[in-house]
Amino acid sequence: MLQVRFHGRGGQGVVTTAELLSVAAFREGLHAQAFPVFGSERAGAPVAAFCRIDDEAIRTHDPIEEPDVLVIQDPTLLHQVDVFAGVPDGGIVLINTRKSIAELGLDDVAGHFRLLTTPATDLAREHLGRPLPGAPLLGALAAITGAVSLDAVAAAFAERFSGAAAEGNVAAARAAYDLELTHARPA
Amino acid sequence: MLGQLEGSRAVAKTVARCRPEVVAAYPISPQTHIVEGLSRMVKAGELTPCEFLNVESEHSALSVCVGASATGARTYTATASQGLLHMAEVVYNAAGLGLPIVMTVANRAIGSPINIWNDHSDAMSQRDCGWIQLYATSNQEAADLHVQAFRLAEELSVPVMVCMDGFVLTHAVERIDVPSAEQVDAFLPPFVPCQVLDPADPLTIGAMVGPDAFMEVKYLMHAKQLQALERLPHLATEFEDAFGRRSGGLVTPYRTDDAETLVVALGSVAGTLEAVVDARREHGEPVGLVALKCFRPAPHAALREALAGARRVVVLDRALAVGSGGIVGNDVRLALEGLDIPVHDVVAGLGGRPVTTASLHRLLDECAAGRLERLSFLDLHHDVVERELVP
Repeated sequence: MLQVRFHGRGGQGVVTTAELLSVAAFREGLHAQAFPVFGSERAGAPVAAFCRIDDEAIRTHDPIEEPDVLVIQDPTLLHQVDVFAGVPDGGIVLINTRKSIAELGLDDVAGHFRLLTTPATDLAREHLGRPLPGAPLLGALAAITGAVSLDAVAAAFAERFSGAAAEGNVAAARAAYDLELTHARPA
Repeated sequence: MLGQLEGSRAVAKTVARCRPEVVAAYPISPQTHIVEGLSRMVKAGELTPCEFLNVESEHSALSVCVGASATGARTYTATASQGLLHMAEVVYNAAGLGLPIVMTVANRAIGSPINIWNDHSDAMSQRDCGWIQLYATSNQEAADLHVQAFRLAEELSVPVMVCMDGFVLTHAVERIDVPSAEQVDAFLPPFVPCQVLDPADPLTIGAMVGPDAFMEVKYLMHAKQLQALERLPHLATEFEDAFGRRSGGLVTPYRTDDAETLVVALGSVAGTLEAVVDARREHGEPVGLVALKCFRPAPHAALREALAGARRVVVLDRALAVGSGGIVGNDVRLALEGLDIPVHDVVAGLGGRPVTTASLHRLLDECAAGRLERLSFLDLHHDVVERELVP
């Protein structure tokens, strides 16, 4: 089973991103479960969403305490919420940023996890015209983990959205995927 | 049809396939996506003939359902928490009138304090009202139970509550096989009411009943509900034959053979417990699970059969009877009457505190070490409560 935990803020599409990852997994014939966790709902409040992917039926429904993959949609959460809680040594952490690990103040955790960055918001603005980083983050995730294919991610977005929104998301996902594959980033 | 969709949406689609003619509901978290989904389907003409009534409260919602059902319409509503309490007198009315209304309860805590998250307090508060109460372990089962619920309700003329954990199930997007219209039509025949309010052929329902007959009416309600104990296993088998998967029934034992410790649970936590049981079995621990699918009527015989071989039983209760303790454990004790099997009540996950895999392992560690008390509260912050209780 692969367990992915997403952190972001209300309004950034964190919940939708986790859902669409589960839809991508479904399209690959896998079992997947996506669900959100939040306090009082309001734009800007920290939100976490989870996605489990497995080739067997998923029976457990508790929050993901030890994610294999952590996705930080909003790096302003890094020093505000304990986003790294439960991430095992060597766990994959994908952060939406154009800053470096050092600039993010993460040198101290760099040794524990496999820290990766992708400028998802920039790619979203470029291809979608809106700062919604979900699609590029999933494109990067597809490249990094291979848990789902880029085609499955693209299909998930194309199914959920229509017209320019669908095209933009798919393009942003592809761009992030290609970027991830062509630029091997050190931990 | 297999799809990746939110539990609420799967329930809405499945309920639509059951062809309700009247849906009256008031939105409340975490049920909103169910009723919004149904209202969209009615508006789009996908669910027809069906009248969706927007009402001003849950009390009105169920009142409309009572009226509609009494005229012979297949009727549905959904609620949670405060909403269920707001309609409570109508809940009792529906049961007393023998109206086969089906209602989804998206289990949520009851305030005060205000809390929108999942526990079983709401449905438990109505455990004596006369409605049949079914609990879904998964979203697939939640969808499937509605099909069985309409059949059962209409066969017995008893309303049925299908309980599914709020947010945990309602808002989880999962792989769910939504039954097709053909499949549901084959399983669920049109509603044939035993009596109908009709101006052309007047009769009275809901007349006053005095001390001379009230006891007999209530006894018959009880006897009628107990018939579900016979019907539910047959329905589950019929459902399995028709749809190719097991859903519902009274209890679902999991790795109970040769188990020394058996855990009893309702709702989604039973799914988490299955995985925990598997992990512990891998370490040679003789532990098993009995998932309770039907809470009312209380399946005492089925529970006894499933639990009789255990050395001890741990009941995981998602609600608290303030001033008493656990709730589900009391029915388990009744079921095990005469057998010398200790039953431990564990109140867990009130107000949405997650019942985690790690906590369940810790609980079973305590149990294995003989340290589990008769009544305990999972993951309670003892330092906080002790500080507050200092005189």
